[in-house]
Amino acid sequence: MNDGDILSVEHLTMRFGGIVAVNDLSFGAERRQITALIGPNGAGKTTVFNCITGFYKPTSGAMKLTHDDGRGIQLERLNDFRISKQARVARTFQNIRLFPGMTALENLMVAQHNALMRASGLTFLGLIGAPSWRRAETRAIDLARTWLERIGLLGRADDAAGNLPYGDQRRLEIARAMCTEPALLCLDEPAAGLNARESAALSELLLAIRTDHGTSILLIEHDMSVVMEISDRVVVMDYGVKIAEGTPREVRDDPKVIAAYLGADEEEAIAVMESGT
Amino acid sequence: MSVNPAASEKASRIPGVAFIFKKALISALVALVLFSLMIGVRTEAGPSGQLIYWTRFDDLAAMVATVFGGSIVVELLRQWWGPVGTVRVVPPPVQDALAVAGRWVAPVLLIFTFLVPVIFYNERYILDLGILVLTYVMLGWGLNVVVGLAGLLDLGYVAFYAVGAYSYALLATNFGLSFWVCLPLAGILAAFWGVLLGFPVLRLRGDYLAIVTLAFGEIIRLVIINWQSLTGGPNGVTGIPRPTMFGIPLSPGEDGLAARLGIEFSPTHRIVFLFYLILALALLTNWVTIRLRRLPIGRAWEALREDEVACRALGINTTTTKLTAFATGAMFGGFAGAFFATRQGFISPESFTFQESALVLAIVVLGGMGSQLGVALAALAMIGGFELFRGLDQYRMLVFGVAMVLLMIWRPRGLVGHRAPTVFLERNQAISSDLVKEGHG
Amino acid sequence: MDYFAQQLINGLVLGSIYGLIAIGYTMVYGIVGMINFAHGDIFMIGGFIALITFLILVSFGLTVIPVILLIVLLVSMAVTALYGWTVERIAYRPLRHSFRLAPMLSAIGMSFVLINYSQVAQGARVKPVPPIITGGYTLHEGSGGFVVQLSNIQIVVVITTVVLLALFTWLVARTRLGRDMRACEQDQTMAALLGVDVDRTISMTFVIGAALAAVAGMMYLLYYGLVDFFMGFVAGIKAFTAAVLGGIGSLPGAMLGGLAIGLIETLWSAYFSVEYKDVAAFSILIIVLIFLPTGLLGRPEVEKV
Repeated sequence: MNDGDILSVEHLTMRFGGIVAVNDLSFGAERRQITALIGPNGAGKTTVFNCITGFYKPTSGAMKLTHDDGRGIQLERLNDFRISKQARVARTFQNIRLFPGMTALENLMVAQHNALMRASGLTFLGLIGAPSWRRAETRAIDLARTWLERIGLLGRADDAAGNLPYGDQRRLEIARAMCTEPALLCLDEPAAGLNARESAALSELLLAIRTDHGTSILLIEHDMSVVMEISDRVVVMDYGVKIAEGTPREVRDDPKVIAAYLGADEEEAIAVMESGT
Repeated sequence: MSVNPAASEKASRIPGVAFIFKKALISALVALVLFSLMIGVRTEAGPSGQLIYWTRFDDLAAMVATVFGGSIVVELLRQWWGPVGTVRVVPPPVQDALAVAGRWVAPVLLIFTFLVPVIFYNERYILDLGILVLTYVMLGWGLNVVVGLAGLLDLGYVAFYAVGAYSYALLATNFGLSFWVCLPLAGILAAFWGVLLGFPVLRLRGDYLAIVTLAFGEIIRLVIINWQSLTGGPNGVTGIPRPTMFGIPLSPGEDGLAARLGIEFSPTHRIVFLFYLILALALLTNWVTIRLRRLPIGRAWEALREDEVACRALGINTTTTKLTAFATGAMFGGFAGAFFATRQGFISPESFTFQESALVLAIVVLGGMGSQLGVALAALAMIGGFELFRGLDQYRMLVFGVAMVLLMIWRPRGLVGHRAPTVFLERNQAISSDLVKEGHG
Repeated sequence: MDYFAQQLINGLVLGSIYGLIAIGYTMVYGIVGMINFAHGDIFMIGGFIALITFLILVSFGLTVIPVILLIVLLVSMAVTALYGWTVERIAYRPLRHSFRLAPMLSAIGMSFVLINYSQVAQGARVKPVPPIITGGYTLHEGSGGFVVQLSNIQIVVVITTVVLLALFTWLVARTRLGRDMRACEQDQTMAALLGVDVDRTISMTFVIGAALAAVAGMMYLLYYGLVDFFMGFVAGIKAFTAAVLGGIGSLPGAMLGGLAIGLIETLWSAYFSVEYKDVAAFSILIIVLIFLPTGLLGRPEVEKV
């Protein structure tokens, strides 16, 4: 963790009754970089996400988000929607949570709710059709259109989100999160259920988001090809604690990590690695 | 060894007859047990206060026979039509024709509604019915904001109707304020109560939300009945002034509207005025709702219905979203209540029972939640249908109940099976109701 | 103090009746996740059946009270259970996999049907009966002249409730049906795959709930001496309030909630005002749900994100 981090998690602990899901976790996500959070199932990754994005209140610990202008926000003090609105942290979900009865375009418009609410003068300017409102609405539609184009769904903008194929839904959810113009984008298993081609497209999209938009990304992922290809930094968790941290290559060769995934112990992993297998 | 197809077909049909017969017999037997005491025996408080009874075995026999016959008919229909919910493929040309026709329904209906007082000028009954239907259309559109758009299950909507009615009645009879001044006040008061109701239910889901709103409606009704000094209790409020055409009364006198316009006075004038008044209020409700749907607040309502968790993740304040939905729906209910008070001239707690809430909810669900046209058609069907049963006053609730059960079994998503998107780039495609969520709370 | 003791007794007796009805609500909600709006009216039907059966037996010359009561109890439970079964078959089963509002509206419709049905079948007037179980015990004679009494009918109600509750708890915990019910509550699909007859289990849940409501109806008839076609509506809401108060899905919770509502209602009418007793009960519901969205003993629902 260093001062360039956009997000710094310090001694995060989350307890559910007697179960300690996250135990004294500390790590940082660097600004304008892609940080991956990996680990076997049950390691506590989604719990960490839920803490960061305000769906759980951490038992103890601090999560600080530092904006580009140096403003710092303590995430553990904010409640649900404020994390997106004030701290500008957006997220996607493990089981896609689109608005299925609304079109793709409408989904992206909902994402721009706060900006549009301000522009509509808390609805009143909108009711009377003021020109300033109309301009804001057009801008919002344009932003949505840009994103639809970028994810290749412009032709399906008017289709119900629930009708889109799985891979398209995943990308739409990411586009929707980006329409909130976040500083930090948190993705919960964005590649789940995607085939190789779709994963590649996803990787491209995420790299483009990082490079063109300068948005920092924190993602949970099991698909190692995606993790290896796009991450700048990887944090590995197991049983609620951090067991490794570093570049993708470093982590890949770390015996502790291999042991965790294999369910074996460290000596066995080293033995296997040294035998050249 | 070849099987004789004719024989096997016959064989497959015979068990059918036996099956139907057996089912009907069982149904009749069940009916016999159910009805034996309730219908076969009739109790009543006798002349000296004790309980007496007499038997009605012929009625019992008739009911059981009806069930038997009805059961056979239902089974035959089921065999013929297939189970409820079977998807019937409509040929594309018919589909297209229906789509074109569908676009015309709303404008034609609107024009017809405007012309009703002209066409039926002399038929007081039809005009009154029209006013009643339009009142329920407005109530349906108001509740639609809460239940249809925001997905919040409100079973106590009648409370806001009552607040609006009593606000106008009490302000007018105690302070002499005119209808036009009281109308916005009624709306504001009702909206205030809407917010008050919204607070306790913020964290509640689905059925819990429903029961609390029901309790709220009942509380309002009980308070109205019991706070006699304020509301007149069960006797209600009488002498509520009729509305004026912006200050000009619709009376036969010298200062009346008829005199001013130089035409002969007729009591029908007031009815026509009331008709256009409720039509205007209803259209206002409709216009505001349609506009709000296209504004961020309306889209937030619908998003709330679709997925509340996702809303929070997008930075939407779900608390204010829910409260505004309640407040807006309540406001329209309040307007309708004020209209109701002025139309009747007299109100009492009996008009504000749970049955009313259920009726309005049924209208919204039957209309296909969220659809303005659907709600209007449903109100027309239900209220119009009710009127058809005028003669069978006793059985109205029974028929209503049966209708609700049947409608839910047949078309649980309502008459209008789709949702219209609020913004589109190229094509304005309706979204099938199957995809639209109904909201969790 | 004596006055308070009397109100306490009265409240607990009334609460037992509410508790019996509440069990039906909580069982059905636990297993199919719907509020059976018609359940209160099943209670009303139970009261009517008890009334009519009683009348017929008496007119046939039967005079032995315990025998009469037993027959009335059995007949009332059986017939009302059939009503419960029929309602489920006709109005709820076809909608089991439909969206959530459909069974609710169907239930509301069914409620209207039952209310109107008894109104039409038996006339709109209240039906009074002379007291069947009379007498009681004087518990305490206060200095102010107020006598604390425990009537026989009150004893009957409480004992019946306790016996039924014990029977029922045994049923849910020990029998095959109880196990099937609990399985269906947790995961209907899995239960079906493991050989549980889900349709039959759900039907039985409604049947048992209706039978208990019938007992409540009969107790109400004995205790208050009258039935009317609208008594199910208000009692139903209060019993559902009781079920929610105790925590929907929890059996002891339903009884606890019932007792609580009975006490609140009785104490409120005794010390504050009779007219607003229902308002008190409903307000308690709202207040409890504000702070405990899943009721007193309910299982907190954690939404998986």
